[in-house]
Amino acid sequence: MAQRATNLFSLARQALSHHRNWPRLWAAAEPRRHYQAIIIGAGGHGLATAYYLVREHGLSDVAVIERGWVGGGNTGRNTTIVRSNYLWDESAHLYEHSLKLWEGLTRELDYNVMFSQRGVLNLAHTVHDVREAKRRVNANRLNGIDAEFLDRDGVKAVCPGLDVSPTRRFPILGATWQKRGGVARHDAVAWGFARAASRLGVDVIENCPVEGFLIDNGVCKGVRTGKGEITADKVGIVVAGQSSVLAGMAGFRLPVTSHPLQAMVSEPIKPVVPCVVMSGQVHAYVSQSDKGELVLGAGIDRRNGYGQRGSFPVLEQEAAALLELFPAFSRLRLMRSWGGTVDTCPDASPIIGRTPIDNLFINCGWGTGGFKSTPGSGWVFAHTLATGQPHPLNAPFSLDRFTSGALIDEHGAAGVAH
Amino acid sequence: MLRISCPWCGPRDETEFGYGGQAHLKRPDNPEALDDAAWAEFLFLRDNPEGPFVERWVHSHGCRRWFNAVRDTKTDRVIATYRPDETPPEAAKMVLKGQEGGR
Repeated sequence: MAQRATNLFSLARQALSHHRNWPRLWAAAEPRRHYQAIIIGAGGHGLATAYYLVREHGLSDVAVIERGWVGGGNTGRNTTIVRSNYLWDESAHLYEHSLKLWEGLTRELDYNVMFSQRGVLNLAHTVHDVREAKRRVNANRLNGIDAEFLDRDGVKAVCPGLDVSPTRRFPILGATWQKRGGVARHDAVAWGFARAASRLGVDVIENCPVEGFLIDNGVCKGVRTGKGEITADKVGIVVAGQSSVLAGMAGFRLPVTSHPLQAMVSEPIKPVVPCVVMSGQVHAYVSQSDKGELVLGAGIDRRNGYGQRGSFPVLEQEAAALLELFPAFSRLRLMRSWGGTVDTCPDASPIIGRTPIDNLFINCGWGTGGFKSTPGSGWVFAHTLATGQPHPLNAPFSLDRFTSGALIDEHGAAGVAH
Repeated sequence: MLRISCPWCGPRDETEFGYGGQAHLKRPDNPEALDDAAWAEFLFLRDNPEGPFVERWVHSHGCRRWFNAVRDTKTDRVIATYRPDETPPEAAKMVLKGQEGGR
């Protein structure tokens, strides 16, 4: 079972056999009849939950079940941006906890997630933007999060490719700058967590769709799946765009709607975007992958949709927004685009906690910004499952905030049309 | 790109339309009588099915009128569109039976 870490020597050894003998990253598992905890959804958040359940809370008997394949949903479809510069205290603490976990994740998982802290710019184009940006910087600093406000020259110094001339239709007046933010390799995050969880004895079961829940007197006893019934003491739903569908199977409703969210990459070019650049005003966010492709994300398609594809005009809009920031990219060709299904919440904040069904927990509503919180989300959700109570970090993100009215409105910091 | 048939103007590109979410939602007759849970339900809870969904669109860059549509959220096929003052077509009635707002 002991697998060796990937390092220079293992790379060299495997190269000699034409890379045909790499061991499986995680064991192929078939479901047992009973588990202490079942996590539905083998995306980053679900796998992280399983990993921390064993690692932090000492559970020995955990399964992650997945209708498709590991990391095949939004984990494999996002634009890989990691940051924690959210406005409100509740979100700042949650996302900053996650960012701290990111900083040690490669070592923790013994798997290179290629976390690159190249910095994140959030551009301000109007006087109002500037005021909001400064407010956010101050709020971040009060919460111990690194944040700076850069003026126009500061922005130009960080990212020389940006057109900061005042004659643009949306001139760049400044930006918030979070140096510790950056990007990570999205697939590696799913694979790394799957491998690490599997090494701790977690069963990662793919091709195992959930067809219903075993509910007895308002208590969840397990799940019905394509591979038979599996009972469990606790069940966690971590299925992003499919959350409403699974909640419906369990007989409760969620305040989320599912929308297509698209992204695309350009042909590879030489290094030109040294950091992550985001603009809520023209609606663009871009970074450059290690291969040289520009990775661009669009806004959601406004309509509800489960098809994992969006409409072309949304991509066109995104390309136009990019050119407003970087006119030099006008000749660049796009290589491919794709879509995922995101579950957006009315207040652009996630729901992490209990459901109306006992022993059934949910982690959903991350909308367009779930990737950055992968480790933190799993960490707090594992605590919630293990103890039956939310951790102080995720207590404000309960489902009943929509009844109490204690919403956490992060539409500004989410930075993306929700 | 979706092609959506406005009940007044005929089939047009999706870019001419705005989206209005779930259709046939009914504002509570007596809002002050609602408790917090019922009010939250009216404000925040929407049906979000994978499959046929009865929803509102507005022809913003055309006649600027609202109408209802039945669309499959999985395949994006627009099954029917109809005016707000029309009796919903069969396709819509089938969906509305299971849709909370239709009760």
